Amino acid sequence: MTAPLQEPTKEADPVAAGGPAVDSGVKKVEGRSLKQIAWNRLKQDRVALTGGIVVLVLVVVAVFAPLIVGLLGHPPNEFHQDMLDPLTNLPTGDLGGVSSDYLFGVEPNKGRDVFSRIVYGARISLLVAFLAALVAVALGTLFGIVAGYFGGWVDALISRIMDVLLSFPQLLFIISLVSVLPDDLLGLTGSGVRIAVLVAVIGFFGWPYVGRIVRGQTLSLREREYVEAARSLGGGRTHILFRELLPNLVAPITVYATLMIPTNILTEAALSFLGAGVRPPTASWGGMLRDALETYEHDPMFMVFPGVTIFITVLAFNLFGDGLRDALDPKGTR
Amino acid sequence: MAGSPHEGLPATAGPHTVLAYLIRRLFAVVIMVLVVLLATFTIFFMLPKWAGQDVAVLFAGKATGVEQLQGIRIKLGLDDPLLVQFWDFVKGIPMGRDYANGDDVTHCAAPCFGYSFRTEVPVWTTLKDALPVTGALAAGACVLWLLGGVATGVVSALRRGSIWDRAAMTTALAGVSLPIFFTGMVAMGLFVHSFGWVHIADNLSTDDGIGTWFQTLILPWIVLAFLNAAMYARLTRATMLEVLGEDYIRTARSKGLGEGTVITRHALRSAMTPILTVFGLDIGVLLGGAVLTESTFNLPGLGLAAVQAISNKDLPVILGVTLFAALAIAVANLVVDIMYAVIDPRVRLG
Repeated sequence: MTAPLQEPTKEADPVAAGGPAVDSGVKKVEGRSLKQIAWNRLKQDRVALTGGIVVLVLVVVAVFAPLIVGLLGHPPNEFHQDMLDPLTNLPTGDLGGVSSDYLFGVEPNKGRDVFSRIVYGARISLLVAFLAALVAVALGTLFGIVAGYFGGWVDALISRIMDVLLSFPQLLFIISLVSVLPDDLLGLTGSGVRIAVLVAVIGFFGWPYVGRIVRGQTLSLREREYVEAARSLGGGRTHILFRELLPNLVAPITVYATLMIPTNILTEAALSFLGAGVRPPTASWGGMLRDALETYEHDPMFMVFPGVTIFITVLAFNLFGDGLRDALDPKGTR
Repeated sequence: MAGSPHEGLPATAGPHTVLAYLIRRLFAVVIMVLVVLLATFTIFFMLPKWAGQDVAVLFAGKATGVEQLQGIRIKLGLDDPLLVQFWDFVKGIPMGRDYANGDDVTHCAAPCFGYSFRTEVPVWTTLKDALPVTGALAAGACVLWLLGGVATGVVSALRRGSIWDRAAMTTALAGVSLPIFFTGMVAMGLFVHSFGWVHIADNLSTDDGIGTWFQTLILPWIVLAFLNAAMYARLTRATMLEVLGEDYIRTARSKGLGEGTVITRHALRSAMTPILTVFGLDIGVLLGGAVLTESTFNLPGLGLAAVQAISNKDLPVILGVTLFAALAIAVANLVVDIMYAVIDPRVRLG
């Protein structure tokens, strides 16, 4: 099993397995790995591709945030009181002060550039979502594969732990946890602590979802002939777990990780909305909506920009993830 | 989800097995709640200590004097070992508890979920006041989303690939991608502030008449139901498509049953099992406080109580609400496990 991700059904078929095709006058069939099949399917899925492109754009925006803001906006924490009506503290001009100078208008009360804060907010949102998904996938894969392969009391214990974690009041738990932790921890200061805490807790509560899927897959894979072959050839436990089983789990894990990122983005936004996210003045989308809660009756645009940004981001990840799942599905027909 | 639903159920079960099963499940619920309580305890009492913070300060606030802090330390028993503190708390729930520092005794009647040192109010009082609001919110929303979501999912599965299916699934995908606090604000902005169709009260109570009560809740119900209906529609559609391909559906059709009977009595009944699992968990989570919905609409339920307690750093209230939430989820899981037997004929309790 050197080539990971080989489609099981194709293995049994000598023609498709890349062997010399029987020349029967029909078109010669080339062997394709699941990766190639998936890529071909994905290329034809316009909706998923659009999602993927939006995701790429967002990543680029997050990475080059200082550059983009330098070109098109104002520093994210610069106050522009002159853009506000002195009586109401609301932005002057239509649509929350949208102009060529302030692309998404300015904040009520403080007059900060909304565009810049959205761009910088993408950094927090994507960073936390990606890293938390990474934590969840690492823990979930490890525990899931161990539970599924060893079975017995190991499986019983891990499954119990997953059940308990899945039925925790997670949001309440995370906000209370964040609220008792001090602002400087383990040598980290400023927004670094909150980011680390957010990644840790979101990832920690996410691993049982991955764990259950990996456990289920491992249960069905461990009885396969190739695992038995590896065992009879004298392969050790670690070898079987990580060299034989893991490569065959890459597809479901990838799909689940992709679909986990949008959920994490929503969780991070929710925590920031509740005041348990990164601390102000660091910009975050959820934090902007929290501020907007006070003024949205008078300045709806300040609520619309971060809200729509979250929506588009999450939708793009969901579309791409759904497309990826269909493309990697061995039963798929497309 | 609390284990596989059919776990430990023998195929032929007599009344004794039912009782044994229930006792085993109840036991699991108790264990679950104790684990959550222990975890919550660790978060509130041990983590701050490890991080170098004074727990008494967290409980009473930074402005509290040294003597008062010492008093709180003694009253709460903060210097006792964790397990002793844990036991005192657990014991307080059925027995009530006296927080004593010499002559200074604060009585907390059973069920004692703790005592707020900020407001001098037992946590149970806060819970009792907030629960009806959360209950009303959850009850209305779950009826809406269960009916709407399952119906949409079933129709989508039956008309797979049709315009209806695509429209419904696109809406559902948009629904699961929207943060509920944003949808809530948009709904409030449009229907309350711009159009003026809905008049909401500042405080949810039936004193202002049932009409106002209803109007205050209608938007939260719809917004919360929309998000969940989207998830249920996706889940129902996927499960229905899977079930409709099963052999026993073909059997049911070929023995001449009407399509309506096949769908409702055979397909939907089996498709309801995973939906019910999710539903049980969701209801449990919701009863522990619809944190985001309540914060957005300013509804004085459990979730808002917790959020306010967090911003006031009123730890006993957070502890109480979290524990209550865990209890709600555990009980909901238990109810779901029992319901399986009713819905799924493959599960036999006796």
